[in-house]
Amino acid sequence: MDSNSLISKTATELSGKLTDGTCKAEEIAQAYLEQIDRVDGKVHAFLHRDDEDFLAQARASDERRAKGETLGPLDGIPVCLKDVISVEGQPLTAASKILQDYVSPYDATVTRKLKEAGAVIGGRLNLDEFAMGSSTENSAYGPTRNPWDLERVPGGSSGGSSAAVAAREAPLTLGSDTGGSIRQPASLCGVVGMKPTYGMVSRYGLAAFASSLDQIGPFSQTVEDAALLLETISGHDPLDSTSYPTEVPSYSQILKENAQPCALGLPKEFFGEGMDDEVRVAIDKAIEFYKGKGYEIVDVSLPTTDLSVPVYYVIATAEASSNLARYDGIRYTTRSERAENAVDVYAKSRGEGFGEEVKRRCILGAYGLSSGYYDAYYLRAQKTRTLIRQDFERAFEKVDAILTPTSPTPAFKFGEKSENPISMYLSDIYTISTNLAGLPGLSVPCGFTQSGLPIGLQLIGKAFDEGNLLCVAHDYDREHQFGCQAPTLED
Amino acid sequence: MDIDYVSNLTRIELTPGEKEKFQGQLGDVLKYFEKLQEVDVEGVEPTAHAFPRFNVWDEDEHKEGLPSEKALMNAPKSRNEQVVVPKVVE
Repeated sequence: MDSNSLISKTATELSGKLTDGTCKAEEIAQAYLEQIDRVDGKVHAFLHRDDEDFLAQARASDERRAKGETLGPLDGIPVCLKDVISVEGQPLTAASKILQDYVSPYDATVTRKLKEAGAVIGGRLNLDEFAMGSSTENSAYGPTRNPWDLERVPGGSSGGSSAAVAAREAPLTLGSDTGGSIRQPASLCGVVGMKPTYGMVSRYGLAAFASSLDQIGPFSQTVEDAALLLETISGHDPLDSTSYPTEVPSYSQILKENAQPCALGLPKEFFGEGMDDEVRVAIDKAIEFYKGKGYEIVDVSLPTTDLSVPVYYVIATAEASSNLARYDGIRYTTRSERAENAVDVYAKSRGEGFGEEVKRRCILGAYGLSSGYYDAYYLRAQKTRTLIRQDFERAFEKVDAILTPTSPTPAFKFGEKSENPISMYLSDIYTISTNLAGLPGLSVPCGFTQSGLPIGLQLIGKAFDEGNLLCVAHDYDREHQFGCQAPTLED
Repeated sequence: MDIDYVSNLTRIELTPGEKEKFQGQLGDVLKYFEKLQEVDVEGVEPTAHAFPRFNVWDEDEHKEGLPSEKALMNAPKSRNEQVVVPKVVE
């Protein structure tokens, strides 16, 4: 089988081929390495590759299979990780200069779970520095380009993770989502991306941005593949005290059972001004599809929607200013050569090592926490966060899931928003409130603009109701499969 | 915003160019945040985590941590199993 047809397959299809013996894990790994060689000069999804290690893992998978000791459906399937998730012995830069020489001394819990499932862990994927951004333009190592239009951003912060799946450089990737950093790039790159309920997936070994909002989640071509990857990485972990003690069902199994159509809510505040016309048309078509399937479409209201961006930026930057204090030039980051005393080590190392957006956010966060401003900013934002949560609770009394666009616009051009922080922050307006409420959300590709840019449909579920959320998404996805279309990247 | 004061709080040295740029940008962001001041939050409990979990206990038992060579492998400077820093006490 030629490598071109291997890389067009979904993870589920590849898993089937490994099971029936029509291909080997090493051939799959080789096919992806060839594709990365072919296209990554243009896309720049990868920050680091270790091809020897990648192929060795694939061969080990083949050996297990030959002995009848296969570890599960992901055994032999490549999975690449955003460069904020620790893999022992591999670099982790968080796309920052301050971690340019860092090598992870241990595995993140999701990494351990992937290894236990036999997944073949590949290269490190680009992002906005420390996951702060919506375009991947904030990477200290250069931006990732959108495979559908190389003049446009892939979204962010997990832009390397979304672009790698879209460009067929990996069948599955992981990203992290603090305010939309999985769903928005998935939408802009035309792939599936899912943020699980807060607490479903352990954050142990994830370089923290805003700890009360961060969640790790999957990218894939299809909802079916996302279910497979999610069930592998989910579950309670004593090493993350915020991980939730709940049973993880087999989402793949749940998708096979025919789900009953349920009630979907349309929050009227999301459908106001600011939404691109072509996005609106695509979303309307998706709504018509669900109606036709027997779903009940219900108008709901989330009155605090316009507060979610300011609440998010007060809370996320406050948590970031505290979390990023660890990058101090002492224990595991580059140290400024100009430093002569202890305070110098901190201030000069951080001044030299952090990029602009990270500095801006740390300063903004510290301001909101500082004496005299705490009540007006941080505490007030936390109280407003309660109101946002309560809005969702009321809406979920009437519906089983909420349907919105993922992003107000398709992929924008490089430089279009990078000098205006507020306009960049507003590109996450539809995704941010989900994190504040801790709810699961996913983006499913739902079509293309006239000029061929992908559009994403967002579905938001009840807390810990991933099974139902995936079923609703799968109902749409299995009949449309927009994520299985690949961009043409000329040689 | 007093940018010198806050950048000192966060221990981030800024260049004069950055100070000027951030002053304007962060001023705009704070103006945008003003809509928070209009929200009625009287009597509302703050949310720190979406699903608060309290008293997460662990058994009080010995577990192996990172061996020191691994803990030190990323330190910019180390000696005798310790991180080396500039002199702190006069």
